[in-house]
Amino acid sequence: MKYLEEFSNPDLARRLVDQIHAVTTRPWAMMEVCGGQTHSIIRHGIDQLLPEGVEMIHGPGCPVCVTPLEIIDKALAIAAQPGVIFCSFGDMLRVPGSSQDLFGIKSAGGDVRVVYSPLDALKLARENPDRQVVFFGIGFETTAPANAMTVYQARRLGVPNFSLLVSHVLVPPAIAAIMESPRCRVQAFLAAGHVCSVMGTAEYPPLAEKYGVPIVVTGFEPLDILEGIRRTLVQLESGRHELENAYPRAVRAEGNAAAMAMLRDVFEVTDRTWRGIGMIPGSGWRLSERYRDFDAELRFDVAGLHTEESPLCRSGEVLQGLLKPNECAAFGKQCTPRNPLGATMVSSEGACAAYYAYRRLDLVQIS
Amino acid sequence: MTAELDFENWTCPVPLRDTPTVVMGHGGGGAMSGELVEHLFLPGYGAAGVATEPGRYELADCAVVPAGDARIAFSTDSFVVKPMFFPGGSIGDLAVNGTVNDLAMAGATPLYLSAAFILQEGTAMADLARIAGAMGAAAQAAGVRLVTGDTKVVDTGSGDGVYVNTSGVGIVPEGVHIGPGRAAAGDAVLISGDIGVHGVAVMSCREGLEFGTTVSSDTAPLHGLVAAMLATGADVHVLRDPTRGGVAAALNEIARTARVGVDLVERDLPIPPEVSDACSLLGLDPLQVANEGKLLAFVPAERADEVLAAMRAHPYGPGARRIGTCVSEHPGMVVARTALGGTRVVNMPIGEQLPRIC
Amino acid sequence: MCLAVPGRVLSITEVDGTSMAQVDFGGVRKEVCLEYVPDVAVGEYVIVHVGFAIQHLDEASAQETLANFERLGILQEEFGDGFTRAAGQAGADR
Repeated sequence: MKYLEEFSNPDLARRLVDQIHAVTTRPWAMMEVCGGQTHSIIRHGIDQLLPEGVEMIHGPGCPVCVTPLEIIDKALAIAAQPGVIFCSFGDMLRVPGSSQDLFGIKSAGGDVRVVYSPLDALKLARENPDRQVVFFGIGFETTAPANAMTVYQARRLGVPNFSLLVSHVLVPPAIAAIMESPRCRVQAFLAAGHVCSVMGTAEYPPLAEKYGVPIVVTGFEPLDILEGIRRTLVQLESGRHELENAYPRAVRAEGNAAAMAMLRDVFEVTDRTWRGIGMIPGSGWRLSERYRDFDAELRFDVAGLHTEESPLCRSGEVLQGLLKPNECAAFGKQCTPRNPLGATMVSSEGACAAYYAYRRLDLVQIS
Repeated sequence: MTAELDFENWTCPVPLRDTPTVVMGHGGGGAMSGELVEHLFLPGYGAAGVATEPGRYELADCAVVPAGDARIAFSTDSFVVKPMFFPGGSIGDLAVNGTVNDLAMAGATPLYLSAAFILQEGTAMADLARIAGAMGAAAQAAGVRLVTGDTKVVDTGSGDGVYVNTSGVGIVPEGVHIGPGRAAAGDAVLISGDIGVHGVAVMSCREGLEFGTTVSSDTAPLHGLVAAMLATGADVHVLRDPTRGGVAAALNEIARTARVGVDLVERDLPIPPEVSDACSLLGLDPLQVANEGKLLAFVPAERADEVLAAMRAHPYGPGARRIGTCVSEHPGMVVARTALGGTRVVNMPIGEQLPRIC
Repeated sequence: MCLAVPGRVLSITEVDGTSMAQVDFGGVRKEVCLEYVPDVAVGEYVIVHVGFAIQHLDEASAQETLANFERLGILQEEFGDGFTRAAGQAGADR
């Protein structure tokens, strides 16, 4: 695929790694916010190539991991209702709720379908006017425009049997919350490239200033990640803390105006509870007043559910970068991708799952 | 403080406690499928089953059993693919080639197949006729006969068109002993051609995921290719067709059964650009995508070049190459050296492979 | 998050009043919504996430970034071979 493979070139990667070693004189800890970046780092073994002392702390940038338990349980309750076609991205199917996951609901007879795009769900709604079609609208700012357009089209084309179960989360408030956390060790951030493709970079300089942390907008391919790390180290070593854009081919400072206009119309900011972390004020989006009639949470009677996390799961600490997955007592024993206790083990991007899936040999030497 | 990680107990130690019902993942060809066999079916079968020793059994697609002086290879497989017709073939082709290949992976000459159908009421006769025709053609091409069968019909809503089970028998030539337990440290690991092709072809027309591609299923009967490999006189240790669960599942099963490790070199994996692009789009790992007309082989290193030459000379093996080595380190694990020089463990797929957005 | 990939716009149409395109991802084709990149032309590249183009891909910028990476190598002699040290740490061969 053009403009993808070139950014995996091993020779150029080598040069970037050389540069990284050349500029680093002391230990540093930086956080990549985006789960897709975590996945890429561990998949290619990038953290194995960094200088001793440069640590990648994996952040809560996995919307699957951080979707609140209450919303998962509501999704399960809605999907279990007769006459409902519940559509979701593949990632969400194995996320455990209080007692089961969407696969379990499907097994019990629920009509649960994986789709690639929310527009596929809208298409299903038009093709099945006698069924209620619900789309599970999770994701960061990257995915929100897709969900927004879908509900906008549902209204415009008159598709009353479509609704959206919304659980969007926002990156800048998360960065602030992480930096406010007393045990925080993060000294710099690799910002999520595709979030910035949509939102631009305006929200980050105030954060860089307030917390004294370099913030480098970074892509996802190996060269992009190495370059993001390199630029971050250059800033750290020279005592700077600025916003930089290391992904200019896909990110403009002003973002995508059309997408942002739609987001302003369809969504409004709300407080959001991040699973395993807690409530971060103003960190989520919900449907605005104008679109409330497409809100699945209101359309279906799913209030008053009892929600309860596994007492063993320490996903929250992993998500905040306070714990590495292999430091968790349940990791690889009671909690595996096969039988996940918490959301970080479920998502292909969650730190625990990435560690498990791509675990390095050094982690499995039996001592 | 790092928790001690005991590799032997790496997967969930308590089998099946979390799924009171069967879920889709149990049919994915990955860890869940294996657990269902190991923790439910085999204990159920008890002494009538195939445990080679208590708690262990050979995960092979085909059983080789004595019958008088001969050794018979006996295999069964069910085909539930949706959609039934896809670029490059149909459920009919898979049903014949799949079982022919299971027999071939034991080194057997496939001879006779049965075909049992479970049909959903309302299935179009024209579709069924197409499938039967495809099976006939595939059987002729493979030199096998369809000698017995069965037909059942279930209510609309109980099935999804056509389910086919084929079982097959063949004779294993004298002196041929091929099975996952024979993998040995030092063996060269070979693949007969491009990977990920079948899975991408089928996915490209699956509802909800459709995309346009030129990729066509690679379904093919492989016993001729196997015969060519054996004709070199090399002592082929293991043969496996990496179907559901892909190369990752197949190598992990072999590694676990033989208690050996496998080292792969990512740069040497033959992944065609169309497969790699489709996987990038959907967020899939090509190593976990199903293959049909392909085989993996473990052969003694000193015979690898000869075997590869024989494969490349055969119509079903022109893209054959070496992708790794069997090692004594990290037994039960498959590890890949990434293009950047790092390492990553190639995990056993868990259940169904699903596209991801993240 | 954000599995988004670059693709080339092959053709643009309107479906139910919505701007849609056939986009080519190196041989894989998919229908993509273009409402968020209204000024894109056939032959140009876009970044696609869950069936939506979310931004233009700036080809000139991509080439420049790659050229910068190429240029970094020139400095290698001055700074020494960090990669070998790193590979050694990781236990990898060179």
